[in-house]
Amino acid sequence: MSSHRTATPTRVAARATGLSKVYGHGETQVRALDAVSVEFRRGEFTAIMGPSGSGKSTLMHCMAGLDSVSSGSAQIGEAELASLDDRRLTRLRRDKIGFVFQAFNLLPTLTALENITLPMDIAGRKPDAQWLNMVVDTVGLSGRLAHRPSQLSGGQQQRVAVARALAAQPEIIFADEPTGNLDSRSGAELLGFLHESVRALQQTIVMVTHDPVAASYADRVIFLADGRIVDEMREPTADAVLDRMRRLPGGNPRTPEFEAKGRTS
Amino acid sequence: MFRTALRNLLAHKTRLMMTALAVLLGTAFVSGTLVFSDSVGSAFRNKTAKSLDDVAVSVTPGRPSTDSKDGVLDARVVDKVRALPGVTSVRPSVGGAATVADRNNDPAGSQWGSSGANYVPGEDGKDSRYPLKSGRGPASADEIALDTRTAEKTGAKLGDTVRLAIDGPVMTKTLVGTVGTDDPRVGAGGSLALFDTATAQKLFGKPGEFGELVVSAAPGTDQNALTRQVEAALPDGFEAQSGKQLAAEQAKAIDKETGSIRNTLLVFAGISLFVGVFIIANTFTMLIAQRTREIALLRAVGASRRQVVRSVLVEAGLLGLVASAIGFVLGLGMAVGLRSVLDAGGAELPDGPLVVEPTAAASALAVGVLVTVVAAWLPSRKAARIAPVEALASVDQAPAPRGLVVRNSIGAVLTGLGVAIMLYVTTLRDSGGLTAAMAGSALTLAGVIVLAPLLSRPFVTLFGKVTGRMTGVSGRLAKENALRNPRRTAATASALMIGLTLITGLTVAAVSANQGVDRMGQQDLTADYKVSSTSYLGLSPDVAKKLAGQPGVAAAVPVRMIGFQTNGEPTGVQATDLAALGKVTDLRVTSGSLTGVRGADSVAVAEPYARKHGLKIGSTVPMDFYDGQKAKPRVAAVYAKNDVLVDVLGTPALVDPHLDRVRDDAVYLKAAPGQAGKLPAEIKKTMGGNPIIKVESQDDLRRESAGSIDSVLYLMYGLLGMAVVIAVIGVVNTLAMSVFERTREIGMLRAIGLARTGVKQMVRLESVMIAMFGAVLGVGVGIFLAWSGGHLLRSSFPEYEMVVPWARIGIFLLLALAVGVLAAVWPARRASRLDVLTSIGTQ
Repeated sequence: MSSHRTATPTRVAARATGLSKVYGHGETQVRALDAVSVEFRRGEFTAIMGPSGSGKSTLMHCMAGLDSVSSGSAQIGEAELASLDDRRLTRLRRDKIGFVFQAFNLLPTLTALENITLPMDIAGRKPDAQWLNMVVDTVGLSGRLAHRPSQLSGGQQQRVAVARALAAQPEIIFADEPTGNLDSRSGAELLGFLHESVRALQQTIVMVTHDPVAASYADRVIFLADGRIVDEMREPTADAVLDRMRRLPGGNPRTPEFEAKGRTS
Repeated sequence: MFRTALRNLLAHKTRLMMTALAVLLGTAFVSGTLVFSDSVGSAFRNKTAKSLDDVAVSVTPGRPSTDSKDGVLDARVVDKVRALPGVTSVRPSVGGAATVADRNNDPAGSQWGSSGANYVPGEDGKDSRYPLKSGRGPASADEIALDTRTAEKTGAKLGDTVRLAIDGPVMTKTLVGTVGTDDPRVGAGGSLALFDTATAQKLFGKPGEFGELVVSAAPGTDQNALTRQVEAALPDGFEAQSGKQLAAEQAKAIDKETGSIRNTLLVFAGISLFVGVFIIANTFTMLIAQRTREIALLRAVGASRRQVVRSVLVEAGLLGLVASAIGFVLGLGMAVGLRSVLDAGGAELPDGPLVVEPTAAASALAVGVLVTVVAAWLPSRKAARIAPVEALASVDQAPAPRGLVVRNSIGAVLTGLGVAIMLYVTTLRDSGGLTAAMAGSALTLAGVIVLAPLLSRPFVTLFGKVTGRMTGVSGRLAKENALRNPRRTAATASALMIGLTLITGLTVAAVSANQGVDRMGQQDLTADYKVSSTSYLGLSPDVAKKLAGQPGVAAAVPVRMIGFQTNGEPTGVQATDLAALGKVTDLRVTSGSLTGVRGADSVAVAEPYARKHGLKIGSTVPMDFYDGQKAKPRVAAVYAKNDVLVDVLGTPALVDPHLDRVRDDAVYLKAAPGQAGKLPAEIKKTMGGNPIIKVESQDDLRRESAGSIDSVLYLMYGLLGMAVVIAVIGVVNTLAMSVFERTREIGMLRAIGLARTGVKQMVRLESVMIAMFGAVLGVGVGIFLAWSGGHLLRSSFPEYEMVVPWARIGIFLLLALAVGVLAAVWPARRASRLDVLTSIGTQ
């Protein structure tokens, strides 16, 4: 099932080139992304940071094929997203992209295991049993597979979402504030799993976050402000990230912990 | 709080649209029915009032059949009345049934509206009651005038001959004129033939005698006083009624008639509204669940439980008011539609404008508001239970599903009781158990509705297994969605189930009855043809005689019947040619002999009748005839039950003296060998194209009875159609609201790769599951009720045996499938078009 990974010669899982996104017309026009170029390398855990309205969620949505691009190019593997119609885009999301949202990741009617295998069920594929076991073990859900979401804690629900994203062995996983609704301990646990899955399972993760602590789990942090990439940091620490954030144009003087709680996406 | 209710209503316009539509259709049915019956009633009343305009007093013979001389309306009586002060004119009339032949020798008018009367020329030579449209009035025995519509149907022009018949041979008359008339029967599809008075007397009564005197008075005359004067002037044996009295009587009869139509239609309107209740309740339950946080916030800022309940009920009331106001307007259109439907069914209603009584409008509005508020009452209790703290919940927590234990217990008790009653009904032998059967049916239906959430699980699971295999993940998701809220699924399916239970039950009963009738006809009738009259008068014995002389006829057996009572129990005795009877029916004499039935003092009785009354050969049957005379014939023979014949057979000598006019109800024909095929055409020829002669083969008879059962069945389908339409709206409503509730899930599914078609299929399959669940329940309950209720027919209709028309029921299920697919079109499209980002986004 990992054929697409070996078939792709490049080390880049996703790439944006001169990516712009404009909302509205004329007076009310908002340039959410302004010619952003960035690469997400295979096997790397990237955090995207920036103040509210910096365009970090828009960047993720455009890269994930959830939103259209105004100009420039967004690629997943070799696929140019702008050239795909809705049907192909849907298939691409199904086969090559994994998602973890801030909340409401799971279908309440399905068990944890059914939720995890959902993308493969949609594709009509049999999950790779060995890989599935490894994923489930990594996120620590072995005993909970038959539970419905309502019987799981918030942290467990997010872990199911991570397991779902991992289970299909996608090209890349996008996580949008995955710890936004969790208490700090569950959040730390989840970030540990994300970190671990990049390390142990060789996955590629792009995470949008507000939280410098969350960002510190990543291999690399990209800072966005006013729709442009303004900085990049490797091997980040929470303090370094927080410090960099304070100096961003439009950077919020409020404490990021407080802000992260109130944010939705 | 009123403002909150109003704002809520406006904010959820689209979500409430389907619910409003359900209320709207229900009230449209109610107001349509009311306006329709008011209009028809007023049209009838106007017609009769108009025809009674110049009637101050009407004089009729008190008892038409007595031999005594004092009850005879002749010229002397006419003169006596005419001499009274205040009387301006006396119009002596005589009339009865007369059937005019149209171009095809069929009756030009309806059975009950084909009438004839005398033309009474006034001083100017014209009859003011029947204004001439062309030509002149009939003046001699071979002349006739017709109302214009009938004249058109015959195709005859002035001077042409017209054929007609009363109860015997065909007559030809020359058409000399056409007239207008405000006779309500003619307005409703009848025909009118006018003769000169002497001819009319010969045809409809006795020479020199009239049937009615219509007395006109100078304007301003007191009708009641004049009536008393007329009464005083006449000897006993006459009845005088004022025009007003007559009008009042007829109005009463009309009200009774339209009242019964109205009540029948209201039953169906009630069913539609009842179905609507499920949809309204479902909608408000869902709205309140979706609005939990809002309501909790209201409670948190100080609204009391009662205020929350009231705000929900006010919202429901406003919705009901708006919907039923529009429904009322739609009802006006429906009244027009109902009329054409019933007209197509042969109801022959008079023309007239739409009459919109304020009471019709008021009742439609009241019913609409009441039904909506009552249906929203239970959900409003749920709203009251929402705790203020739920306003603070950061995540929409689906309310923990309440246990179904109480509901299931109630449902089990109701269903058990209903089924027990229905099983008890199957042990009953006669129709006395009708009330029990109705109660049992209602309980069973109610019980199954209450149990539906419980039943939905195994059904949906099984159905989901099948579709899951065929459609993969969409089918599985659909199954889970249908199971998610059993109450919602059940309520939606129940709405459809009610209609299907009734439709299935009626279909099974009608098909079974048809087959029973079929078996009945084949069983006992050995005649090749039955000759009867298209007029209610019957056939004069001359017809039977003529038929007996017809070449190719082996036997022509006339039957005629007179009613009598034995110890107060009404029965009928049939007079016939007992010697020839065996040729036209499979008559098995079990004791005694038919040759022993002779004269007026012996009869033959059917076995069940003999058993019931303890009759043996030689015992006497006390007969009280309706003309006041009595007879005590002896039993000379007992025969096995026969469906062609009634329970008592006698000779004309016994029956004829009690008949007003001796007329046969029917003549059964046995053809000579090899002659059966051409007989009808030849009879038509020898009878000279007589419009009253109807010749029917066994197949025709079967088709006729089947046709009448079928046309009632189709009428029922039509009337129940509204309930089904409302149920379908309910499915659309539930799906649309579910899609709205599950927006985020759908967005997530789309994000992780479910294609639009997959989303569509998921919604569509859920819809099909709900529809099929309702249909299967309805079909099951319908068959059960038809089976158990059918036992009541066993004594009066022993040939009845339940037949389940599987092909037709298969069609119902297929239609339910189609309904499911159709109901999902709009919600599925909405679901598939949801924008992924906004759906997942910041709701």
